[in-house]
Amino acid sequence: MSTPDIDALVNRSYRHGFVTDIDADTVPPGLDESVVRLISRKKGEPQFLLDWRLRALRHWQSMREPHWAHLRYQPIDYDGISYYSAPKQASDGPKSLADVDPKLLATYEKLGVPLHERARLAGVAVDAVFDSVSVATTFKERLAAAGVVFCPFSEAAQKHPALLEQYLGTVVPYTDNFYATLNSAVFSDGSFVYVPRGVRCPMELSTYFRINAAKTGQFERTLIIADEGASVSYLEGCTAPMRDENQLHAAVVELIALDDAQIKYSTVQNWYPGDEQGRGGIYNFVTKRGECRGRNARISWTQVETGSAITWKYPSCILRGENSVGEFYSVATTNHYQQADTGSKMIHIGANTRSTIISKGISAGHGQNAYRGLVKILPTAVGARNFTQCDSLLMGKHCGAHTFPYLEVRNPTATIEHEASTSRISEEQLFYCLQRGIGAEDAVNMIVSGFCRTVFKELPMEFAVEAQNLLAVSLEGAVG
Amino acid sequence: MSGTAGTSAPAAASDAAVPLLEVRDLHVRVGEQAVLRGVSLRIRVGEVHAIMGPNGSGKSTLAHVLAGRPGYEIVSGSATFEGRDLFALAPEERARAGLFLGFQYPVEIPGVNNAYLLTAAANAARRERGQPELDAFEFLALVRSKMSLMQIDESFLGRGVNEGFSGGEKKRNEILQMLVLEPKLALLDETDSGLDIDALKVVASGVNSLRAAARAIVLVTHYQRLLEHIVPDFVHVLARGRIARSGDRTLALELERRGYDWIGEQAA
Ligand SMILES: Nc1ncnc2c1ncn2[C@@H]1O[C@H](COP(=O)(O)OP(=O)(O)OP(=O)(O)O)[C@@H](O)[C@H]1O
Ligand SMILES: [Mg+2]
Repeated sequence: MSTPDIDALVNRSYRHGFVTDIDADTVPPGLDESVVRLISRKKGEPQFLLDWRLRALRHWQSMREPHWAHLRYQPIDYDGISYYSAPKQASDGPKSLADVDPKLLATYEKLGVPLHERARLAGVAVDAVFDSVSVATTFKERLAAAGVVFCPFSEAAQKHPALLEQYLGTVVPYTDNFYATLNSAVFSDGSFVYVPRGVRCPMELSTYFRINAAKTGQFERTLIIADEGASVSYLEGCTAPMRDENQLHAAVVELIALDDAQIKYSTVQNWYPGDEQGRGGIYNFVTKRGECRGRNARISWTQVETGSAITWKYPSCILRGENSVGEFYSVATTNHYQQADTGSKMIHIGANTRSTIISKGISAGHGQNAYRGLVKILPTAVGARNFTQCDSLLMGKHCGAHTFPYLEVRNPTATIEHEASTSRISEEQLFYCLQRGIGAEDAVNMIVSGFCRTVFKELPMEFAVEAQNLLAVSLEGAVG
Repeated sequence: MSGTAGTSAPAAASDAAVPLLEVRDLHVRVGEQAVLRGVSLRIRVGEVHAIMGPNGSGKSTLAHVLAGRPGYEIVSGSATFEGRDLFALAPEERARAGLFLGFQYPVEIPGVNNAYLLTAAANAARRERGQPELDAFEFLALVRSKMSLMQIDESFLGRGVNEGFSGGEKKRNEILQMLVLEPKLALLDETDSGLDIDALKVVASGVNSLRAAARAIVLVTHYQRLLEHIVPDFVHVLARGRIARSGDRTLALELERRGYDWIGEQAA
């Protein structure tokens, strides 16, 4: 009788690892002012945006890559990266699905992206970003009827410059951090959402990102604004092909919720994690931050992170408005040689602001998983409350879990609770399931899903199943 | 014997000449310790066996080894289930073949829905038998009737497996799972321990409802009390890793009166 070996459950190959052979319009590697001007010109951006990019570039040139995270990797050669890559197209962008390169559509097909309003995702509008340019957007009409703007960022630059000028960089300024600054200079595309006053967005909004071209970086910029009393739920999904070299992904997401507005932002991230030896994979350095700018506003981040070689990501909330609420629900898995340093920051400024952080880290193989969180209560935040729960699950002997909670309380009326635990899948639990006739892999998935349950139930229904499957794939082989 | 492979049980299953479970001279070590030192046991369909014996004599070890729990070294001996080599099967295969272990200490699995585990288990067994999987409605109907028999509140379905259950609730939950899975052989390891008097009756009636000509039940217990409700055909005493004595139900009564010491003397 072989003993189920928890160390061995992780060996299925990456399902999304195919490369699309498309003629790409890629600028030579390296970054200087001319590249930034070229990107801005290609997109026909207004002057203020170009100026903003250039200020960011100059600032970036004075910055140094940060190294405080619990991550180890080869230095990134920023001169070896191409900062713009777009699939070549006859015209300047597709007017409808019929104009989209069929190979691209086939790619989405393989990824399971529901471009053709499939039953499973009925009610989901998809803005698909392929390397840098948005190629197709569905459900436009229904959204337009509700007054919701949901379009590629570059389209927003042309059609809604006033909104951009008013909100862009107000949550994540271009000086914020090394990667956000780089993104501000060279961002290529992303999504823009504006939900007007009092409007509940009539459907889930969804974007799928995919990095395709070799040696390119991907720098999306997403900006979501929920005006007073508005609400919206947004989901992003991410994949990338298998390549031996590492690829850089440095995105920025800014959320702004005004009085009584709600934004729910969910991420199912499945960038290529690298192979069993730790070769290749995406370097994911992402800045995500939301601001509850108005009273009673609510911003909720939910993330399921199964991919990337390196994850550096701290979706955060600035709770400025009175009674506003920030939430962070996270499942992060690291397998093979993946490393994740992720967590959240909750900055309490307004009175009676509340925040919740639930973090579930799963480490398998040689994976290293760090939770890093900051809860900051400013003197103005009378009666602020935070609850943080941080659980780690270890599978096997060579992985690691680390917790770095930071707390800064400058108002004595605040209530802070912190719970943390580290556990292993016990041989007892596993055997219990086996004895009920459930196979080893299903049993492990079941136990891991149970561990993640409080986070999964925050995901939009349609995606909870997807997240669960993804988790299963990413941990496959961790018990044999 | 017919050797054709397939989803249906081997022909031997219906052959009354082949015992359901046959353990022969089984020696098992845990680490350096020889825990089972030559256990032999023959169980035929339709029978109820009770295994008694002092603490640490190896009762749970025997049950675990038969169910395929890792961590035990099978030094020598054999076990067959319907004529198949039990030790050649993975634990989940033994379960699907119809071997059920009611745990002495059922483990908690936080966040895993009771109903979910039960559906997965039931469908794994059905797939094995070539039956169609149950849909949610059929499953619910089946489970509800068993739950009412076991006097378990329906709200338990939505809770985590054994999560926060009291000791007695865990034991009743084991029997509920057994009733849903309808195994051919149920090994119930001290299912009566920790039960109040009413719960004992509920558990006993659950077990009795499963008694059938095509099944067998093995009760590991310390108490004659259980055997008043579930009357065994055979009683065995496991002492220091061996079946030191076997008899009918009167043996249990004798043990209740005299304890185990006299058996130790006789066996030595
Ligand atoms: N995993 C283990 N590691 C070390 N020793 C073990 C292990 N499992 C069983 N043993 C030892 O084997 C012997 C038999 O244990 P077992 O649990 O089978 O006894 P039991 O008859 O079920 O006792 P009880 O009536 O107390 O339940 C004991 O001495 C026990 O300490
Ligand atoms: Mg025992």
